[in-house]
Amino acid sequence: MNLLGKLDWNAIPLHEPIIMGATAFMVLVVVAVLGFITMKGAWLYLWREWLTSVDHKRIGVMYCILALVMMLRGFSDAIMMRAQQAVAAGGAQGYLPPEHFDQIFSAHGTIMIFFMAMPFVVGIMNFAVPLQLGIRDVAFPTLNSVSFWLTASGALLINLSLAVGEFSKAGWWGYPPLSELQYSPGVGVDYYLWSLQISGLGTLLAGINFVTTILKMRAPGMSYMRMPVFCWTSLATNLLIVAAFPVLTAVLAMLLLDRYLGFHFFTNDAGGNQMLYANLFWVWGHPEVYILVLPAFGIFSEVIATFSGKPLFGYRSMVAATMTICVLSFLVWLHHFFTMGASANVNGFFGVMSMVIALPTGVKIYNWLFTMYGGRVRFTVPVLWSIGFMVTFVIGGMTGVLHAVPPVSFQLHNSVFLIAHFHNVIIGGVVFGLMAGYNYWFPKAFGFVLDERWGKASFWCWFIGFYLAFMPLYLVGLMGMTRRLQHYDNLAWQPWLIVAMVGAVVILGGIVCQVVQLVVSIRARDKLRVTGDPWNGRTLEWATASPPPAWNFALAPNVTGKDAFWTSKREQAKQGKPGPSRAYEPIEMPKNSATGFVSAFFAVVIGFAMIWHIWWMAGLGLLGAFVTLLAFAFRRHTEFEVPAEQIAQFERAHQAGAAV
Amino acid sequence: MNIATAIDSVPLEALPSASEAGPAPKRIVVAYGFWIFLLSDIVMFAALFASYAVLVRSTAGGPSGAQLFNQATVAIETACLLVSSYTCGLMSLAINSRNRVGMYLGAVITFALGAAFLTLEIGEFADMIARGATPQRSAFLSAFFTLVGCHGLHVTLGLIWLIVMMVQASVFGFAARVQHRLLCFSLFWHALDIVWVGVFTVVYLMGVSS
Repeated sequence: MNLLGKLDWNAIPLHEPIIMGATAFMVLVVVAVLGFITMKGAWLYLWREWLTSVDHKRIGVMYCILALVMMLRGFSDAIMMRAQQAVAAGGAQGYLPPEHFDQIFSAHGTIMIFFMAMPFVVGIMNFAVPLQLGIRDVAFPTLNSVSFWLTASGALLINLSLAVGEFSKAGWWGYPPLSELQYSPGVGVDYYLWSLQISGLGTLLAGINFVTTILKMRAPGMSYMRMPVFCWTSLATNLLIVAAFPVLTAVLAMLLLDRYLGFHFFTNDAGGNQMLYANLFWVWGHPEVYILVLPAFGIFSEVIATFSGKPLFGYRSMVAATMTICVLSFLVWLHHFFTMGASANVNGFFGVMSMVIALPTGVKIYNWLFTMYGGRVRFTVPVLWSIGFMVTFVIGGMTGVLHAVPPVSFQLHNSVFLIAHFHNVIIGGVVFGLMAGYNYWFPKAFGFVLDERWGKASFWCWFIGFYLAFMPLYLVGLMGMTRRLQHYDNLAWQPWLIVAMVGAVVILGGIVCQVVQLVVSIRARDKLRVTGDPWNGRTLEWATASPPPAWNFALAPNVTGKDAFWTSKREQAKQGKPGPSRAYEPIEMPKNSATGFVSAFFAVVIGFAMIWHIWWMAGLGLLGAFVTLLAFAFRRHTEFEVPAEQIAQFERAHQAGAAV
Repeated sequence: MNIATAIDSVPLEALPSASEAGPAPKRIVVAYGFWIFLLSDIVMFAALFASYAVLVRSTAGGPSGAQLFNQATVAIETACLLVSSYTCGLMSLAINSRNRVGMYLGAVITFALGAAFLTLEIGEFADMIARGATPQRSAFLSAFFTLVGCHGLHVTLGLIWLIVMMVQASVFGFAARVQHRLLCFSLFWHALDIVWVGVFTVVYLMGVSS
């Protein structure tokens, strides 16, 4: 018996120059980062202040960093695919062999959905929601850290697949029977399954945490109808996470059982049913797109209201639209496979529901437009992203309604028209929203704003690049091009695919501008330093210092209406500031905990061991995780007290800063 | 003055609505969060039930439920689990009245009944496997072993949890967080009962009736 399971030196693809080059680059970056930390002697600081932190703001920032790093990885895959399709026409084979091309499109989808968009969304919610609710932390701070580190574990495994073994070639949704052992005997699908199971568990725990936080932990006076819209959309998203992610866990577990123990859920023989996988996957998968886009809608609502200097138009209709989408999102999954062969009535039902779900989205678009109408709009970077979103998303939404018509869907199924559609809504909706949120809340997180000029340059590159990259795909899709082609014969497609390639390069320019924006802003941070309220904000996060202290609010805010901070500013303008002699009380804060980091370490061990069939190592990992849980359960001191004097001191310094 | 008039005499606007009361106490937050977790767990079981329903006739020429299930064993299993929910409830009452002996007694009986359930279930599985009805035999059996086995796995985890909680109770006494966790445990245990009622109906009753 082999002590290392299926793992040996052949697992490292030494004969593949492109993969080895990418691996070498990745190793170099990791070594450089680790070296930099060692050089600065920052390990202890990092461990105490970040890796073991249970502060929702720090965890939120770490989620966003993870997402930005994974965006670079996912984007490299994207530009490689564009380059391949730009050249591999007629007799040409391009530079990527089919088995590598297949891994790239599978990795691109998996990474962008699970390790870019998800962590970015969860990160921004982590940072902003407790501040907007006017509370000190989420309901379960240590669990929050566990959630983050499990997500990071999944990301680590997926990056490991580049260097050790291979990644799945079965697409980002891993349809059987292709993803079954019979047709995918390698470890690629196992990497896919275990990294999603581990990060999915993290996401589910985050969902539970945020539903509880939003429903049970709001500041005094903040009734549901006084919550900021971003909190509402976050609530909807987390309800969807709680209701949808268990289905993903179940369906991936079934595929794991098929692959590891010879079960027959989705196999060709012994009564397996592949369409069961497709149904269960999209019962999770369609709510997932709303999990991603609803928080983006929330961000646009905050940004538009703040920079128009007006309360959001139609707050109640916005809330109603959000919750309607939340419910309807579970009634449309079948539109991902109208071609399954269900009866006309079934297809008709799901077609109609898919059209109906466009209505609440339309309500939202009008609400944003009417908020801007008559307002004094400041065209800052977040507003540019928001307007870019409104234009782009409406186009994507219209092609979506087109797909909701089953006969049309039969024609367009698996074409690049579909690819263009969902990139149109995910980039135009989710990514634009996340960028708006990143620029909007960055000063709150770090105390200085991001450079405007580079931010605008980045926006225009992304915006123009997006249209160049994806509008041609609508055309070649209508011309009959299917997705996932490593090479093709029809030379009429090539000019359009070259344009798409140019678009991807322009988007690359946008990403470069973002990196430059960050570097320039950090270097000029002393000039860009701001107070707690740089945008003349409306919601409670702007009521505290930038960056906020660990305890967020020295005194629990008392909410008397919508736009709580705006209201209190108006009152102060009328009645003058309340006297300085406010009594502070000591605050109980949760202690830092290594539980998240350590349990994620064991999760990586378990995942890696299972992927390579190293059973003893998986057993050890499981034992380690259990002991970690016990150690957490038997901790005697879970909280510490921040003395009132320290709070008073911070407040005095902050008030002084605010006065300047 | 009776209570009703006392409440009536308070002006309406003086009572803050529940949604404006500020952050809830720890006990409420913990139990609420655990409820949400249980809901997610039940959604996972729903996916397993759905798969079972889809695959129940896909026996691939192998045995069907009617040929495999032994109603007598299942009846005893069900009785064990339902009674264990009752004793778990008695344990919760003992905890509320700070009755150590009652708590340990309730825990021991609950554990014994849960372990009896598991033993019977494992015996049932072993018997089926010995007769060639393995999960590798057909899609129906894959779905059966996954659904029922997943419930059994939950019961196993519940038993481990119960042991840990009894150790915690003996170390920390009736500390607030021990009480919160025991409350969560009892919610978990009752939820497993509810899932079992579904398993009993969908798998066993419907399995032998058709």
